[in-house]
Amino acid sequence: MEKPALTQFIDNLKSVPDAARRAFLKNGLPESERERSQMSFHNFFLHMQSVRTHKHSLRWTYTLGLGIIATAALIILTATGVLLMVYYKPSTELAYYSMKDINYVVFGGRIVRNVHRWAAHLMVVAALLHMARVFYTGSYRRPREVNWLIGLGLLVMTLALSFTGYILPWDQLGYWAATIGANIAQSPREVTDAFGITHAVDVGGLGKQMLLGASFVGEDALLRFYVLHCVVLPGLLMTLLGLHFWRIRKDGGLSRPESVDKPGAPDYKPVQPGIFKPGTEKTYGLMALVKGSKPTVGTAPENTVMSWPHLMYAEAAVFALTMAITLVLGYFLNAPLKEIANPMVPENPAKAPWYFLGLQELVSYSAFMGGIGIPTITLVSLALIPFLDRKGSDVGIWFGGAAGKKVFWQSVLFGAMVTVGMLALTITQGWLRTWIPNIPQLVITVVNPGTVLVGLYAWWSLSNIKRHNSIRMGAVAMFTVFLVGFILLTYVAAIHRGPNWHFYWLHSQWPPH
Amino acid sequence: MSDKKNENGISRREFLTKGALGSFLVAMGGATVGGFALPKPTVSPGPSRRYKLGDPGKFPVGTAMKMDKENIFLFRDVEGFYAITAVCTHLGCIVVRVDDGFACPCHGSRFAPDGHVVEGPAPRGLLWLEVSRTPDGGVMVDADVEVDLGTKLVV
Repeated sequence: MEKPALTQFIDNLKSVPDAARRAFLKNGLPESERERSQMSFHNFFLHMQSVRTHKHSLRWTYTLGLGIIATAALIILTATGVLLMVYYKPSTELAYYSMKDINYVVFGGRIVRNVHRWAAHLMVVAALLHMARVFYTGSYRRPREVNWLIGLGLLVMTLALSFTGYILPWDQLGYWAATIGANIAQSPREVTDAFGITHAVDVGGLGKQMLLGASFVGEDALLRFYVLHCVVLPGLLMTLLGLHFWRIRKDGGLSRPESVDKPGAPDYKPVQPGIFKPGTEKTYGLMALVKGSKPTVGTAPENTVMSWPHLMYAEAAVFALTMAITLVLGYFLNAPLKEIANPMVPENPAKAPWYFLGLQELVSYSAFMGGIGIPTITLVSLALIPFLDRKGSDVGIWFGGAAGKKVFWQSVLFGAMVTVGMLALTITQGWLRTWIPNIPQLVITVVNPGTVLVGLYAWWSLSNIKRHNSIRMGAVAMFTVFLVGFILLTYVAAIHRGPNWHFYWLHSQWPPH
Repeated sequence: MSDKKNENGISRREFLTKGALGSFLVAMGGATVGGFALPKPTVSPGPSRRYKLGDPGKFPVGTAMKMDKENIFLFRDVEGFYAITAVCTHLGCIVVRVDDGFACPCHGSRFAPDGHVVEGPAPRGLLWLEVSRTPDGGVMVDADVEVDLGTKLVV
C-alpha cells in the first residue's frame, strides 16, 4: 500500500540532506580500488587525471612538483584577482586611488593584493623551472612535442599576464612599463626606418596603436590592458592549460625512463599470474580500439598506484604548500605601489620587475633586437628543440646521463664567461656608437652585445653537437647557456644598474639627486 | 558515380568538399581580420598637441626652457626659435638636460645639444618639432609635426 503523497512529501523533505549527499557523492568515500577508480572517473575535476598513476611520476625528485605549483598559483591568482576586480577601477583618474583603497581601506584588501602579487611571481618562477625540468629530463621528445609547444604558449601567457598586471595600478612603475612596452611594439620601425619604408609598411606603428588604442598611453591603453589581463589572457591561458593537462594523459602520463618498467628496477613487480583469473571482481569492457605498438598490459600496470589517494594527496600537499608560501610572503612583504603615474618624469632608473630585467638589459642595446628579435629567436629555438632532437633513449633521465651533466657544467662555465665578458666589454668600452659616432643604426640593430651573445651561444651549441656527435648534447648546451645568460643579465640589471642605466657596483654609489 | 573522376582527376565530391572547406576558411579568415580591425582605432583620441606660447618677446635670446607638461624643450638663440622633443626615440622615456646635451634615464641614451645620438640604444636623434607663427603674431609649437634638424623660426 502506497503512502499518501503528502506523507511521502514530508518523508522526502526530511531525507533531503541524505539524498543530496548520495546524489553528489555517489558512493561515499571509496574503500576498494574499484570505488577509488570510480571516484576518479565519475568526477569531472578528477577525471582529468588517470585512475592509476605510475609510481615514478610521484617522485618529487623527478617533477619537483613544479607544474602543480604553477597551477596552484594560477588558482590562487584567479581567486584573489576576482576579489581585486570588485574594487579596482580601470580608469587613469581612479585606478591609483582604488589601489590605495584596496591597500588601506578595504577589509583584507592588502593581504589579497599581496598574495596576488606573490602568487604571480611564484607562477613565473615555477613555470620557468618547470620548463627547465621538462627540458633537462628530455621530456619534450615524441610523443610530447605538442605539449612542449603548448607549454611554451603557457609561458608566454604567464609573462604577458604579469606584464599587463603590473600596469594596472597606474603608478610610476605601471605607467612607464606601458610606455616602454608600447614603444617595444613600435620598435620594428628601427628596421623599417633604416630601409626608409616606414611610410609604406609601418608594422611598429600598427602594433603600438593596437596595444594603446591611441597614439599615447592613456585611458584607452589602460582599458585595453585591463581587458587583456582580466579576460583575454586568462581565457587563453585556461584553454591552453586544459589542453596541456589533457595531453599529459594522451601522451601516456608523465615521462619516465624506460628502465623503471624493466626487470631490475626498484619498483618493478612482475606481472601477477592470474590477473585475468576468471571469477574475480574485476570486469573488463572494450572501450576503444587504439593504434599503437605497445599494449601496456604487460608490465606497466604493476608499477602504478591508485591516483586516489596517492596522487591526490601529493597534489593537495603541493597546493597547500603554495598557499602557505604565498600567504606568509603576502603577510610580511607588501606589494609595491609607487607614486601616482607622472607622464613628465620617469623614474630613474625605471626598472621592470625582475623577470623582465634581462630583456631590459637587452633593449638597452637595441629596442628591436632586445624587445622583439632576441625573444623571438629564443622562442623559436625552444619550439624547434623537440623537432631537431628526435632520437635517443635517455628520456626521463636528468641531463640524459653523466655526459649530459658534464655538458651542463661546461655550458654553465662557458655561458658565464662569455656573458660576463660581453657585459664587461660593453660597460667599460661602450659599443659601436662610442667608437664610430656616425655608424648607421641598422648595424647596431644587427650587431649589438645581445646578438653577439646569441651568436656565441649558437656556436657553442653547434660545437657541442659536433664534439659529442649528439643533437641532445647540443640542445643541453644551448638551453643551459641561454639560461645562464638570462640569469646573469637579470642579475646585472637588477643589482648593478643605476641612474641613467649606468653601471654601479653598489647601490650606495648612486649619485644623489 | 559520385567518385567518378573527370579529366582533371577531381571527383565531384572532392570538388564540393574542397570548395566548402575553402569557403569556410575564407569566412574564418575574414572574421579574424574583422575582429582585429575593430580594436584598431579609426580616430586617434587625444588632446591637440599644438601649443600656443604667445608673444615671442616673452622669450629672450638665450632661452632654453622645458615645457614640462608638454615634454618639449624650447630654445631661442640668435638665429631664432627651435623646439626639441623630450621624448626619447628609444622607448619613450623623458630625457633630461645635462651639461653636454640630453640624457635618457631609462636605458642610457645620450644626445648632443642639437639632439643627435651620441651614445646608447636610441635609433635616431631627438625629434625637432615645428615652431611657427600664429596669425596673431605669437609662436606655436606643433608636437605632431617633425622638422629637419637645424630648422629654426626666424622672428
